[in-house]
Amino acid sequence: MSRLAQGGLIDRERPLSFAFDGRRYQGFAGDTLASALLANGVGLVARSFKYHRPRGIVSAGAEEPNALVTLHGGARTDPNARATMVEVHDGLVAASQNRWPGLAFDLGQVNDWLSPFLSPGFYYKTFMAPGRGWRFYEGIIRRAAGMGRASRLPDPDRYEARNLHCDVLVVGGGPAGLTAALAAGREGRRVLLLDENPRFGGWLWKEEREIDGQPALDWLAAAEAELAAMAEVRLLPRTTAFGYYDHNLVAAVERVTEHLESPGDGLPRQRLWRIRAGRVVLATGATEQILTFADNDRPGVMLAGAVRAYLHAYGVLPGRRAVIATNNDSAYRTALALHRAGAEVAAVLDSRSDSAAPEVATVRDLGLPIHFGATIRRALGGKTLQGVDSDAGRFDCDLLCLSGGWAPAVDLYVQSGGRLRHDEGLGCLVPDRAKQACVSVGSAAGSFALADCLAAGNDSAGGYVVPPEGIGVEPRAPTPGPGKRFLDPQTDTTLADVGQAMDEGYRSVEHLKRYTTLGMGVDQGRIGQIPARLAVAEARGQPLAAMAATAHRPPAVPIALGSLAGREIGAHYRPLRRTPMDGWHAARGVSWQDAGLWRRPQFYPVGDENIDQASAREVAATRGGVGLCDVSPLGKIDIQGPDTAEFLNRVYVNGWKGLAVGRARYGLMLRDDGLVFDDGTTSRLAEHHYLMTTTTANAHAVLAMLEYHLQVIWPDLRVLVADVTDQWAAMSIAGPRARELLAGLVDIDIGNQAFPFMAVAECRIAGVAGRLFRISFSGELAYEVAVPADYGQAVWQAIVDAGGPHDLVTYGTESLGTMRIEKGHAAGPELNGTTTPADLSMARLVSGKKPFIGHRLLGREGLGDGARPALVGLLPVDGKTWIKAGAQLLTEAEAKPPVHTLGHVTSIAFSPELDTPIALALLSDGAERRDQIVYAHFPLHNEVVAARVTSAHFIDPDGERMRG
Amino acid sequence: MLIKCPWCGERDAGEFSYGGDASRPRPAEDAAEADWLAYVYDRDNPRGPHQEFWQHSHGCRQWLRLRRDTLSHEVLASGPAGEPLGDGE
Repeated sequence: MSRLAQGGLIDRERPLSFAFDGRRYQGFAGDTLASALLANGVGLVARSFKYHRPRGIVSAGAEEPNALVTLHGGARTDPNARATMVEVHDGLVAASQNRWPGLAFDLGQVNDWLSPFLSPGFYYKTFMAPGRGWRFYEGIIRRAAGMGRASRLPDPDRYEARNLHCDVLVVGGGPAGLTAALAAGREGRRVLLLDENPRFGGWLWKEEREIDGQPALDWLAAAEAELAAMAEVRLLPRTTAFGYYDHNLVAAVERVTEHLESPGDGLPRQRLWRIRAGRVVLATGATEQILTFADNDRPGVMLAGAVRAYLHAYGVLPGRRAVIATNNDSAYRTALALHRAGAEVAAVLDSRSDSAAPEVATVRDLGLPIHFGATIRRALGGKTLQGVDSDAGRFDCDLLCLSGGWAPAVDLYVQSGGRLRHDEGLGCLVPDRAKQACVSVGSAAGSFALADCLAAGNDSAGGYVVPPEGIGVEPRAPTPGPGKRFLDPQTDTTLADVGQAMDEGYRSVEHLKRYTTLGMGVDQGRIGQIPARLAVAEARGQPLAAMAATAHRPPAVPIALGSLAGREIGAHYRPLRRTPMDGWHAARGVSWQDAGLWRRPQFYPVGDENIDQASAREVAATRGGVGLCDVSPLGKIDIQGPDTAEFLNRVYVNGWKGLAVGRARYGLMLRDDGLVFDDGTTSRLAEHHYLMTTTTANAHAVLAMLEYHLQVIWPDLRVLVADVTDQWAAMSIAGPRARELLAGLVDIDIGNQAFPFMAVAECRIAGVAGRLFRISFSGELAYEVAVPADYGQAVWQAIVDAGGPHDLVTYGTESLGTMRIEKGHAAGPELNGTTTPADLSMARLVSGKKPFIGHRLLGREGLGDGARPALVGLLPVDGKTWIKAGAQLLTEAEAKPPVHTLGHVTSIAFSPELDTPIALALLSDGAERRDQIVYAHFPLHNEVVAARVTSAHFIDPDGERMRG
Repeated sequence: MLIKCPWCGERDAGEFSYGGDASRPRPAEDAAEADWLAYVYDRDNPRGPHQEFWQHSHGCRQWLRLRRDTLSHEVLASGPAGEPLGDGE
């Protein structure tokens, strides 16, 4: 055991049991999985991505490259969790990744010996050439190289999203963030302070510090208490900001229940916060950097700061005999901490020539061996560290603490559009010019000293940043040589890989990054950022200051897809629109069809009828008797005002000035480019009151277009429009017996004289005040009833009840479609944005006496070409074969693509009345080809059907039925 | 992205629908066909400030005219769609 007798965060009264790779271990409440594993002496926790090299825990925070584990199991499997960020709870189950059969003996390790063949780009070079080779090798390679595996089961957890507005968002609850939140809070601002750790305080937990002569933890407790007492301040621990978007929108994910053994009901696993902040204070801290030498990835090699954190926060001593290698003063605090904890400090290897810092003097006074001008050549050992070989000689050790300087965590800052500059004194990239209303403070701005962090946070509201004070860092470019010298351990990218990529011409940092995968792991190569930049600058022969930084994009850390999906999954993926009669349909076991957001009855099966049988019965019964259909989803726009007739006259291609009150008219509207936009009927309900109907699909677009013209183009017209689609239940009663059924339900005379085709009236239907329209989509004698939505189901039921003696059927969208195809009415597949009125045989509708939307370009040469595909009907020559929708039309039965087709099939149906499949098509020179044979080719199914060209009006071409 | 509606104030872009290029004046009904063709089909793709129509579809349903920087998404000016834009506010 490596647990010390005392130490910060953990609660020694609460021991916890957890499992790693099937073995049970004990930890304490407050432990991370990483600290608990180290406390149990578990040094080997992972195998690397490509070479399967043994790896141990490197860091104590979010930057961890190696210790990725898979948590839980079954549907809750959570791969690639960072052991340094996982809070241990009783019963936690974790497993290592990317190894077979096990961590200690992993067959994948052969990759390490095969590494000369696995250099950057090896898969392109080696396996693409033989053509089929890649297909064979790909599976093997994908299995051998990798991360954890996701579950294939549905995610059983709940996620939710919340929006939040605040004056000041502080990201990061270390000393700088806390003082920033305090300063803003004291001014009475709405403040949100978030931190990805379970506790606020940042580094105050991780080493022994003093603030104003008091222990830092006392200061922290007072600061937290003051913040908690402020009504306008909200504190969110366990919350990671991962995206910084336009206009100060920051996205963060809160881990609500992951740290709990039994989450309890009703709580989401994670909560996505969309935060709109007046001002953002980025107090995201800095990440310590590794040093680069041969085998710098051995288990036992750790960041110097992380060792302090394990000692101080978790009471864990990660090694007994340590070597410290550094290029700055901060690592001397690790030497002190180790010495005080009773560990042996074998050597401090400092690559600089000297340092006058007080920490250095303290270490020297203690008599610990310091070797200036010394660097490490190689780490010794395999699955455990045995020692180091350095300029100052060989040292045995089981712990190697590295500090290659500190890099400010600038991910969010760069996402926000801010610019970076290289600071020569600090040896790192620091924020330069922010683009949005944000300020970086504390070590995120390069102010690595604690006093500076506190001062900067205090002044953050004024945008003042304390001039950063260095830690005496003297970075130097890593030296090439034998052995693997890792720049990015997670993706197994080495110094030699960078050299090779340079040699092959990948000189731009963005190209180099992608070719070598440097920094492309889930940790984004955070601990190797400075060494990697130094290596690339050296290889390019360029000063660091002149080298571009690579872009940072959201998400800054891996996040569960579920947190982005939130509650919008399954049935909640999008809103569902139900018609007022939805309940009646559902009770009949109807088969539904999606129409935009609406669900509509597709057919009402009787017994075990399939769709074709049900639809054939519904159509025959409607055309032979009477049928009832729910047409509520049709768009309905209420239009009022003294200039409405003029408005309609400009919107539709046909004339509207002569429409009398109590009459309806069919209208066709174009877009500005002269092509058909939408169609429908519009009724004149009163002198200045009209009701327009649109197709279901275009209801929103037509309304927006009308509003645009009224607000922007013709603001002088005294007209108002309003969408009333949801206010009305609409039902169509069609068939030769429609009048006798309806006559008993309404309080007006609906005889053909009193209420002719295209008549409109207000009346009572089954006792409910509503509207009656004599319009027909089916081509039959038909009425449309509209009643206020709340009365829809009652009126529908009354019609069904009254319909018994008339053999009434209900019919769905399938039959509706069949009957409109039989009548040759254009609908969605024909109103497809490429057709003109003439193409749809409606040229006679177009008025020559007035301008209307699209009239100027309708007249252009191309749209007047007589050879344009025009609407025709098609009948299969054999009278029984279905013609496929989308089939291409040719005059030849045999054709080899590519060929120029004459058009395509748009809509298909089976006509019970004609007892044959029928189709509508857009066919070039359609009128001239009447009665000729064309071939409908459907190459996907290798299918060709011979069809005779007919009129699109298959039934009752003169429209006698609907007028009778 | 935040868009300033002249009637409702700054709202999230999710409440609005894009309505196309507002930099081209609509030709008169009887203008030359070439003018109409240019109006309907010719579009610049500017990098920087651009005039656009938007509709506050999930709000007051008013159409507005924006000057928006296509590079930075900064909204430089907004006003009713039927009126020319001022210099910004």
